[in-house]
Amino acid sequence: MSVTTHDTALWTPLCRLEALPVEQGRAALLPDGTAVALFRLRTGEVHALGNLDPFSGAPVICHGIVGDRDGVPVVTGPLGKETFALETGRCLDDPGVRLPVHRVRLTAGVIEVTPAGNTVETAAGRG
Amino acid sequence: MNDTYPRTSGSGPRRLVVVGHGMAGHRLVEALTARDTDGGWHVTVLGEEPRPAYDRVALSSCFDGADEEALRLPAHDAARVDVRTGDPVTVLDTARRAVVTASGSRLGYDALVLATGSRPFVPPLPGSDAPGCYVYRTLEDIDAIRAAAEGSATGCGVVVGGGLLGLEAANALRLLGLATQVVETAPHLMAVQLDEGGGALLGRMVEELGVAVRTGTATERVVTDPATGAVCGVELSDGTRVETDVVVFAAGVRPRDELARRAGLAVGERGGVVVDEACRSVTDPHVWAVGEVACVDGRTLGLVAPGYAMAETVADRLLGGGATFPGADTATRLKLLGVGVASFGDAHATTPGALEVVLNDPVAATYGKLVVSDDARTLLGGILVGDTSAYPLLRPLVGSALPADPATLLAPESAAGGGPAGAGIAALPDDAQICSCHAVTKGALTEAVTGQGCADVAALKTRTKAGTGCGSCVPALGRLLEAAGVEQSKALCEHFDHSRAELYEIVAARGITTFSRLIAEHGRGRGCDVCKPAVAAILASRDSGTHILDGERGGLQDTNDRHLANMQRNGTYSVVPRIPGGEITPDRLIVLGEVARDFGLYTKITGGQRIDLLGARLEQLPAVWKRLTDAGFESGHAYGKAVRTVKSCVGSTWCRYGVQDSVGLAVELELRYRGLRAPHKLKAGVSGCARECAEARSKDFGIIATEAGWNLYVGGNGGFTPRHAQLLASDLDHDTLVRTIDRFLMFYIRTADRLQRTAAWLEDLEGGLDHLRAVVLDDRLGICAELDAAMERHVADYRDEWRGVLEDPEKLARFTSFVNAPGTPDPAISFAVEREQPVPVLLPVPTPPAKER
Repeated sequence: MSVTTHDTALWTPLCRLEALPVEQGRAALLPDGTAVALFRLRTGEVHALGNLDPFSGAPVICHGIVGDRDGVPVVTGPLGKETFALETGRCLDDPGVRLPVHRVRLTAGVIEVTPAGNTVETAAGRG
Repeated sequence: MNDTYPRTSGSGPRRLVVVGHGMAGHRLVEALTARDTDGGWHVTVLGEEPRPAYDRVALSSCFDGADEEALRLPAHDAARVDVRTGDPVTVLDTARRAVVTASGSRLGYDALVLATGSRPFVPPLPGSDAPGCYVYRTLEDIDAIRAAAEGSATGCGVVVGGGLLGLEAANALRLLGLATQVVETAPHLMAVQLDEGGGALLGRMVEELGVAVRTGTATERVVTDPATGAVCGVELSDGTRVETDVVVFAAGVRPRDELARRAGLAVGERGGVVVDEACRSVTDPHVWAVGEVACVDGRTLGLVAPGYAMAETVADRLLGGGATFPGADTATRLKLLGVGVASFGDAHATTPGALEVVLNDPVAATYGKLVVSDDARTLLGGILVGDTSAYPLLRPLVGSALPADPATLLAPESAAGGGPAGAGIAALPDDAQICSCHAVTKGALTEAVTGQGCADVAALKTRTKAGTGCGSCVPALGRLLEAAGVEQSKALCEHFDHSRAELYEIVAARGITTFSRLIAEHGRGRGCDVCKPAVAAILASRDSGTHILDGERGGLQDTNDRHLANMQRNGTYSVVPRIPGGEITPDRLIVLGEVARDFGLYTKITGGQRIDLLGARLEQLPAVWKRLTDAGFESGHAYGKAVRTVKSCVGSTWCRYGVQDSVGLAVELELRYRGLRAPHKLKAGVSGCARECAEARSKDFGIIATEAGWNLYVGGNGGFTPRHAQLLASDLDHDTLVRTIDRFLMFYIRTADRLQRTAAWLEDLEGGLDHLRAVVLDDRLGICAELDAAMERHVADYRDEWRGVLEDPEKLARFTSFVNAPGTPDPAISFAVEREQPVPVLLPVPTPPAKER
């Protein structure tokens, strides 16, 4: 969630932080008609991943179970139970598969995200 | 080498004729066709009975609700095997290598297998052929006995013979409602298998079940009614006269060797076709004999296991192998009228100098005897009555050095579970057979563990087939793994070191009501998709009053529980309104149609007697539920590790055959157990009569009506590995039935592993069905009061979960498509129309998965 001040990305406000339950996901609609799955962790972080499950094609990632695998925060999809790292979008069960990752920031209590980009790894701060 | 059956190229398959289609004949054909991969043999089976082979050993299960269908053995490959039933062979012409049947067919053969079995021996007493006298061997016999019992004027039945079959017959008469007496000439029951001490205990336990036992008593004559000629009583050697009109003779069997005798083949002194170690007639190399008709080493064998071994031997020989019959293992472990009986090795201590170590506990009703060599070092045989749990470990030890003091080995606890002796499985030699159903030795299992990396019981089962038959060796498999140093991790997942059952006990003992406290105090990390739903279910099953979506619990729930509906492949949901017992009024049926129509839902009738409304988007669910609630429905649990439906037949209200109100009971049970969270889903069924139209025996708990009440079956399921439920208790009255189900469910919920259905749980339960009975019927563990209270709490606290959402704005907020556009349908979800109904259009999978999953 650390964001540099000279950021020129296009930020879309989605909702207030309190609208998200802790350690759970919710979907939000982007202007282009696609959806992001927002996850608010108990540590305060918010992650935004593409909501479309790459294994089923269904928009259900937001309904997955949040947890950790070996300490890495993850979400496990509700249909096929594939597990994705919240920070990188990478599927831990199938390294060739990755969810789009959106950068997230909090502005005056409002969650804002960028469009998913190819700067995924940077955005997650794990270059 | 097999020079008797040269196969000249170009000639067709050789002709095998099998005479008799009983269990041994059936096994022979199955073994032969399974291995005869190049079609070297064409088989014709000529059977006397009007039906193909069935499980004669399980004949008595007909009185527990089994039917011909359940007993039938698998059909043979019709392309290679011609089974002709009801057409016995009347002539065997060994000179021309041909047989002639009763219908006049003449068949030539290259090889002939006699598998004609035995006939029951009826002692030549006056009146023993009168109407009212029966034997106990075929399904026809069973039908005749059933009809006789139903029409019995005296209400009394007499069984002549107190051996294995006699006791089975006595149980049958008892189940048919007759006051039953067993008359046995020997001084105690089961004289072949048991000694006096074991036989006496068995006799006492059988008498406690209401069957009168008269040992040391001969039957002098059958008294017939001068007017009708039918049986009206029996006279015994002690002068007693018993009034009865149903007499069953179970006084032994005689081999059906008449064909062989007439054909001039050698037969034994006491009958049976004399065969060599290959099971081949010593007179004619083209003739073989298997099963009860074969005379090996001067005797015939009336058990199925040696018959199977003979069948395997002959199949191997016919295919050119060199197998030999390994000799008769007459070891037996069985249940007679619910009493465990086992006998193995030199049970009667006939070996010179043999010593007997006896443990006779009349209070606990167990008798055990070990027969050991004169130096007390080698186990020779033994007898167990009452508690036979030591049998799987003792039997393989026959002929081996004793791993511990004999008295210690007889104490059931040490043999069954690594007690103080600790001898158990580690002491067994490698050639000791652990699984007698599939003949798997300890050596083979050890190799599977150390050589092939099998790390748990499930892997051993898959690899070796051990434990997949009767299942009695499953605990031994676990101990073998332990003995081999394979640590059996019971940890639920990386976040908890405990098993589900242990977590249940922790939650109960410490009064924990939240996942976050449980993981903070007893686990690590933030949890995962394994532990979160498992703990959510534990919390819910202990506290039905708290909504499953309350507070942090909502985030613990798995896919379907999370939104109280079934998620479909396109992310929409199906709603399956509760229709208890499948009973629905026309008005309510119309409501379902209207709701489906108004919300554009695909509609289908389910296998659980409900109506499935599919394709509701998340944000539509509350509105759908509102409509249902207003019409008096609640939505239903077609999802979740919870009680699903209680299926029923029409029952005595309408059905001409029904004997009890199965619908009424199904409705009651579904309403009683609805919402109950468990380690896995729970399905149930109630049938109103033994015809079993509700398929109750394929359910976790199934109830079948009897004239006297209800039979309760547990541990059945359909699905990937179908299982028939097993009889837990018979003829229960309504209140006892409900109380027993309550306890069964709560005991399962308390002790099962995560995602372990009742069948697998029961299989793993130490002591199996007997232990379960002891716990829920006899309160062996002293926990019945707790189990009862837990269920009472559930029933009292249950609330309509869906209405609970409608009444709570916080929960309602979960049922929106987007947090920033709550009512906007998700553009990723769309439908097409197929057969006049909406069906999902699946999006192309955006990132093709790297590999097939």
